[in-house]
Amino acid sequence: MIKEGWEVVIGLEIHAQLSTESKIFCGCSTRFGDEPNSNTCPVCLGLPGALPVLNWRAVELGARAALALGLELNGRSVFARKNYFYPDLPKGYQISQYDQPFSERGELEMMTSVRDESGHAREWKPMKVRILRLHLEEDAGKNVHEGLPETDRFSYVDLNRAGTPLAEIVTEPDFRTSWEAYDYVNHVRRALQWVGASEADMEKGNLRCEANVSVRRTGEGFGTKVELKNLNSVRFMQKAIEFEIERQIELIESGGRVSQETRLWDDHLGETRVMRSKEEAHDYRYFPEPDLPPLVLPEGFAERVRAEMPELPEARRARFMDEYGLSYPDASQLTSGRALADYFERAAKASENARAASNWIRSEVLRELEAAGRGAEESPVAPEELGALVRLVDGGKISGKQAKDVLVEMFRTGKTASAIVEEQGLAQVSDAGEIERIVSEVVAANPKQLEQYRAGKESLLGFFVGQVMKASQGKANPKLVNETLLKKLKG
Amino acid sequence: MPITEADVKKIAELAHMEIADEELRALTPQMAAIVEYVEQLNELDTSSVEPATGGLTPEGERTPASREDAARPSLGQKLALEEAPDPSHGHFRVPKVL
Repeated sequence: MIKEGWEVVIGLEIHAQLSTESKIFCGCSTRFGDEPNSNTCPVCLGLPGALPVLNWRAVELGARAALALGLELNGRSVFARKNYFYPDLPKGYQISQYDQPFSERGELEMMTSVRDESGHAREWKPMKVRILRLHLEEDAGKNVHEGLPETDRFSYVDLNRAGTPLAEIVTEPDFRTSWEAYDYVNHVRRALQWVGASEADMEKGNLRCEANVSVRRTGEGFGTKVELKNLNSVRFMQKAIEFEIERQIELIESGGRVSQETRLWDDHLGETRVMRSKEEAHDYRYFPEPDLPPLVLPEGFAERVRAEMPELPEARRARFMDEYGLSYPDASQLTSGRALADYFERAAKASENARAASNWIRSEVLRELEAAGRGAEESPVAPEELGALVRLVDGGKISGKQAKDVLVEMFRTGKTASAIVEEQGLAQVSDAGEIERIVSEVVAANPKQLEQYRAGKESLLGFFVGQVMKASQGKANPKLVNETLLKKLKG
Repeated sequence: MPITEADVKKIAELAHMEIADEELRALTPQMAAIVEYVEQLNELDTSSVEPATGGLTPEGERTPASREDAARPSLGQKLALEEAPDPSHGHFRVPKVL
C-alpha cells in the first residue's frame, strides 16, 4: 500500500522481439541458442560498406502489435540513428526511430486489480492506459560477463541477437501502483502472443521492460524519475517498483533528494542499485538514417493487416458472454490465451451445451493440462471429444460423477469417451424393466424396512435407493430408480 | 553557430577519444571553418522542400526498399571472427564492461 499523502507516477517501456525468421535489416537467422556469432553477416557485424534492407515481415508484425494495442499507424515513418558506444553495438549506433515513429496515439483498456497481502487479486476493474508510441528498431548483441575464462578482466560479445527486430512500446506515465504496471505488462504480453507478433516470453528475453518511477506529495508536480532496468520477469518488475517507491519516499522524508539515474534490480538482495547517473548519461545525437528510405505504408495496409488478425481477446470475451451466456469471469478465463479460447469454442459446438463445456474446461481440463504441463493446443483430449463426453452426460448415459472419472481416463489413454464407457461397462441402466426388476428384488429382501416405511418413516427412502444403486453396481439411472421405488413402496 | 573548445571537448568525449590541449587548440578553428562552410546553405530558403532522408538518389529509388522474411546463410562463427583483434571461445573478447 502506498503511504498516505504520497502519489506514485509510473511509465513503462517494453521491448518485444517480433517473430520473424530473419533479422530486420539482413537475412541472418533470428534463431535462439545457436553457436555464438554464427548468425552474422557484414550488415549485422557493422562492417564498412554494408547496407541495411528492411524486412517487410517485421513491418507487418509491428503493425499487428500496434493495432492490437490500439495505436494508429503513421503512413510515413523515418528510421534514425541512435549513437552510443557499447561492445554489443558494432556499428556504434542503433537503427531506431525517433521523431517520426511507426505508430502513435494509442489507448487500450485493460483489467487491473488491487492485491491483498499475499498477492491475490481482489476485485478486477477496467483501466485505460495511453500509449505514446510503438516504433521499430534493431536489437543489440549480447555481452557475456560470466561462464567464460577471466571474466574479471574481459567481457565477451555474441552478435547473433544484433539486428533482431524489436517493437518498442512506450506508455504515458499512467500507472499509480506497481500492480497496475504488472497487469499492463501481462496484458501486452497476451495481446502480442494472441496476434502472433511476438512470443513475448520474458525468460527467453524476447520481452523486456523498463519502468520510470517517481513519487510526489499528493497534488504537487512530477518528482524526479528513476529508470529501473534488469527486470527479468513481470514479478521482478513489480517488486522493483515497490522497493523503489519506498526508497524514494523515505529519502525525501528524511530530507534527501531523488537523483535522476538508472538503477538495476538485484533479486538476490531484493533491492535496486545505481547503474549510472544521468550526469554521465548519453547524448544520443539522433539523426535520420541515410541508408534507409522513409518507411511508407502502401494504400490499405492497415486494413489488410487488421483483416489477417484473429479476433482480439476483448472482442472475443464479449462475444463469449453474448453468444454462449458465459459470465464475465468465466469468459475472461477462457480468453486468457488464443489456444484455450479456440478449444472452448470447438468443445462448445460439439457439446451443444456451452455452459457445461465451459465448466468442464475451467475445472477438469485445465487441471489435467496443468498437471501434464501442456497448453490447450497440445491437449491429448480433442475439444470434440470433450463435447462428446458432455453429450453422454446430458443424454443420461452416464452420471456427472462417472464422467469425471471417464475424462481422467481419456487424458491418460487418449481413448474416446464412448470407448471408455463401453469398456468399463459404465453406461447407466435406463431400461425401465430392468430397474423395476431390481427394485422389486430389493423391496422383497427388506420386509422390515418396508413395514416401517409404510408406517410413516419416509426417511427410509434413502436406504432403499442406496440398496438399489448397490445392486446395480451404481449404474442405475437415479431419477428412474426414485420414481420406481416411490411407486413400489406405496404398494 | 561558432564552435568552441567546449564543443570539441564534448564531441571527443562522446566519440570516446582522448584529446590533448594542443590538439584542441588546433582542431577548434578547423571544425569552426567546416561548420561555417556548410552554413552557406542556410542562405537558401528550404521551407517548402521536404527533408531528404535515405536512398533518394535516382539509383536509390530503383533499389528495392524492403525484402521478404527469408533467412539466408550467414558467415558462420569462424569467418565472422577472422578479422577480430581478440577472438576467444567463439566470441569477440573485449576489456571488461559493466
